[in-house]
Amino acid sequence: MLLKHTPVEIMERKALVINPAKTCQPVGAMYAALGIHACMPHSHGSQGCCSYHRSALTRHYKEPAMATTSSFTEGSSVFGGQANLVQAIDNIFTIYEPDIIAVHTTCLSETIGDDITQISRKAKDEGKVPEGKYVIHANTPSYIGSHVTGFANMCKGMVDYFSEKTGVKTNRFNIIPGYVEPSDMEEIKRLLSLMGVEFIMFPDTSGVLNGPMTGRFSMYPDGGVTVEQLKQTGDSMGTLALGETASSLAAKTLDTKFKVPCEMLELPIGLSCTDAFIDTLRKAAGITVPDAITYERGQMVDVITDMHQYFYGKKVALFGDPDQLISLTQFFLDLDMKPVHIVTGTPGKRFEKVIRSMTADLPYNINVRESGDTFLLHQWIKNEPVDLLVGNTYGKYIARDEDIPFLRHGFPIVDRVGHSYFPTVGYKGGLRLLEKVLDLLLDRIDRDAKEESFELVL
Amino acid sequence: MSNISILKEREKQIYHKGEEPFDMVCETKSTAGAVSQRACVFCGSRVVLYPVADALHLVHGPIGCAAYTWDIRGALSSGPELHRKSFSTDLRERQIIFGGEKQLYHALAALIDKHEPKAAFVYATCIVGIIGDDVDAVCRKVSSEKGIPVIPVHSEGFKGTKKDGYKAACDALFTLIGTGSIEGIGPNSINILGEFNIGGEAWMIEEYYKKMGVEVVSIMTGDSRVEKIKRSHGARLNVVQCSGSMLQLAQMMEKKFGIPYIRVSYFGMEDTARALYDVASHFHDNTDIMDRTKALVKEEVDKIYPDIQVFKSYLKGKRAAIYVGGAFKAFSLIKALKALGMTTILAGSQTGNSEDYEILRDMCDDGTVILDDANPLELSKYIVEKKADLFIGGVKERPVAYKMGVGFCDHNHERKTPLAGFQGMYNFAKEVYGTVKSPVWSLLKRPEDGTKTV
Repeated sequence: MLLKHTPVEIMERKALVINPAKTCQPVGAMYAALGIHACMPHSHGSQGCCSYHRSALTRHYKEPAMATTSSFTEGSSVFGGQANLVQAIDNIFTIYEPDIIAVHTTCLSETIGDDITQISRKAKDEGKVPEGKYVIHANTPSYIGSHVTGFANMCKGMVDYFSEKTGVKTNRFNIIPGYVEPSDMEEIKRLLSLMGVEFIMFPDTSGVLNGPMTGRFSMYPDGGVTVEQLKQTGDSMGTLALGETASSLAAKTLDTKFKVPCEMLELPIGLSCTDAFIDTLRKAAGITVPDAITYERGQMVDVITDMHQYFYGKKVALFGDPDQLISLTQFFLDLDMKPVHIVTGTPGKRFEKVIRSMTADLPYNINVRESGDTFLLHQWIKNEPVDLLVGNTYGKYIARDEDIPFLRHGFPIVDRVGHSYFPTVGYKGGLRLLEKVLDLLLDRIDRDAKEESFELVL
Repeated sequence: MSNISILKEREKQIYHKGEEPFDMVCETKSTAGAVSQRACVFCGSRVVLYPVADALHLVHGPIGCAAYTWDIRGALSSGPELHRKSFSTDLRERQIIFGGEKQLYHALAALIDKHEPKAAFVYATCIVGIIGDDVDAVCRKVSSEKGIPVIPVHSEGFKGTKKDGYKAACDALFTLIGTGSIEGIGPNSINILGEFNIGGEAWMIEEYYKKMGVEVVSIMTGDSRVEKIKRSHGARLNVVQCSGSMLQLAQMMEKKFGIPYIRVSYFGMEDTARALYDVASHFHDNTDIMDRTKALVKEEVDKIYPDIQVFKSYLKGKRAAIYVGGAFKAFSLIKALKALGMTTILAGSQTGNSEDYEILRDMCDDGTVILDDANPLELSKYIVEKKADLFIGGVKERPVAYKMGVGFCDHNHERKTPLAGFQGMYNFAKEVYGTVKSPVWSLLKRPEDGTKTV
């Protein structure tokens, strides 16, 4: 057994993470930056960081993930990375011709204290930034927060650098979709269109990291939010931030800087959270919910009704990013399942508070932890076994050792496809989640049934 | 696409066979701003040491470095699996300011108590080099308290290229070598260096040597154990594959212990046979070994040769692009592709030196592009210009090839079947055939583009 080293007894660990349930900020910043059209993410640090992040994104999306690096040397770590970044900016605009370079920092460049604003100003003064092109940045020290924090910081960077206020309000809403799949962003756009809501969504990785096979390699696929759209975000009627950890920072910045009112919502995963999303849109845009959406909701409820006997009482363990976990926990509660162990690696007090309040009335105890790891989750599972495990690909070790049905959800998923094409947000996404969960639970019933009780009809 | 420009700084790192003069620049840091496919010092150390299965591998730094190297390499172990877990000190802002030595000490002590590893490797990442933690001192302290070797690996990412990481890993291994008993090691004995047991390749190669009557003292580092590494100085010959990572260790062992070394490759029939013969001739006092080697090679080649001819009849004239980590692997691949009737139209490496590139130049046909430290734009440019049918590379190149409708073979960490040895040549041929001749490349055209419909 791969995880035979995991003991049942739980000891407090202070100085040590085993089998993490998070990774570092820069990869999140890179992912967010890929959601701007014709943008080249740039990693200001050693070249290994960039290479690791590109590999991680490539493995998850099975798509080329472009990014450049400052290629720090021993010299740059002593004298600062200014020369590297200025040269990088020059080279990137000359050869790769993006519209935007989105710089994110690393633990190295943060600690030596490189000032990206000043360096990119210098590059501009020296004529290294062509007319109509942009350099934006986000500070993403790897020793603070997690990949989700990096995503949030880069979203804020988009607002910091692009958002403007002309004084003429538009009838649009800004939608910050959260650290979700390209397929989820596509689905959120579909729902907004069905509702007839005018919107600007940023970032938007649909069409960038789930694009078609064309026979050509393109550095900058068709998708992504445009600079023009980003500029207009300061004039919008309001901002909907989906997922507090990933999206609230940019939304609040738009509010403080341009008085664009923002509303924070949980990610629209599962019935209740999608209901909240649709209802907020209904009220904010002053429209009625179209029949098409009501129909999709009805279908989702129909499946829950038909199969509720199989959901009832099943215990679930979950790990991943806080925004996803909050909505998924609600989803399982809606199904009358029992989410009993919930771990995120991402630090942040809100997570435990929200989960505790969601589960306060339950007649059983739940384990919930921020800044945790999957080693702890495994120990919890050993102490109280579950019927379903939900998490990214790294969960497969636990699933195999403990023989638990395993639902892949989150980042990264490096051993299955589908996540970049089929959403889990919205009612349609909910249906897909239901199908996946049911497949797992029913396959298990079939596998374990004795010959005489092996049933054709379930 | 074909008229894209090349960075001026990069021009010297690209050579077209047939041009004069040949003055390729290599072994440089990547140009700032390039979409480099290269990794860092830490990555180099981590991939070399990772397969030591009964050692503890603790990454001292923020979480990323540990997260990205958690079980990403298919280096198989026949026993312990401790190396497949991810241990990190997960340095936070507080330690960046006040130092992470205490954190490191507690993490190490707790892990060693818990897992009782035979040795521990502590990887210093970028940040550790900047905040100035005395990793050596902590390792010494823990080592004396726990009674096992606790070895600092100086792999701060910015301190060079991946190659410097190999060097740091060799230094770490070298501290173990010579500390074990060499009792019972016979005269016809070798260490296999630079073989990482991806897909079980080391097991296959070890089996060949066993059949030849050659004793394998240690494999570094595929499926290796600390005890075996400690006594590896008892071997009479070091057989070095993947020269980029382990040549230095062989040289260090030659200097200190007087063990000679030879460089080999186990990719392709020709090079595998050459490797085994070279080892056999080293032990020429024992003629049985050569006899057995001849029989072994004949048996193995006979087993796969008919199939290889069938693959060849389909693959003849197809064109391959190669972009790999070490140049030595490129040499073997060119030969292996030739054995399949294919030509190499692009050959590049991340870490080749000028000697390597000269050999490459001499092996290739006129017009072949030779590249050092390439980026995807360059690779895609030459794939189009040179009309490649196959791309051989690693994880980041795969989707680029697929997007362009070109077959792909992973000859890096993510290969799932052994590609080394004779059986590996068969697997390689099968994989190349499977992707080059795949019907998927014809699916791109829609009915309105003029394809036949059912």
